[in-house]
Amino acid sequence: MTKADFIAKVAAKAKISKAMSEKAINCFVDVVKDVLKKGDRLSLVGFGTFGVARRKARNGRNPQTGKPIKIPAKKVPKFSASPSFRKLVK
Amino acid sequence: MNKIDIINKLQETIQAAGNKNFNQKLAKTTVDTIIDSIKDAITKGERVEIRGFGSFSLRKYKAYKGRNPKSGEVVYVEPKKLPYFKVGKELKDMIWKG
Repeated sequence: MTKADFIAKVAAKAKISKAMSEKAINCFVDVVKDVLKKGDRLSLVGFGTFGVARRKARNGRNPQTGKPIKIPAKKVPKFSASPSFRKLVK
Repeated sequence: MNKIDIINKLQETIQAAGNKNFNQKLAKTTVDTIIDSIKDAITKGERVEIRGFGSFSLRKYKAYKGRNPKSGEVVYVEPKKLPYFKVGKELKDMIWKG
């Protein structure tokens, strides 16, 4: 499902216009992005939690040349589905 | 942050865009619908892709032999399906590069 399909689906289900649905989805995405940018967590009951995970620095290897390289520590966004959602897809 | 914060933010944003009658109840319905639509799609095995953000999908995992880290005992893990969110490039860069 592309974003356009998703906008149409939400519009039909919530009985709002497509324009409004698009605004709402954009706003939803922006809120998640803002929260993650701040390093905070966003928990949505029955769905899951968006958060930021830290990855430690580690030594890697260039697979082509075999040269060891240092991979710096970084932060990555993550989503973990709630237990009820996990049960739903089982 | 939780759902009520996102509902309030949505109401604020839509009202600021000129829709004065977008009340909190409507904001709640909209947020719930967004979440339910993603859940629905994933449950059916469909993928929802939002460019610049990421995509939600259902990942299938094969059965494997694991180990109980505490006792060292070998355990058999059944095949499973789990909801998965693949982070989009733009979002990944935003978090990492600021």
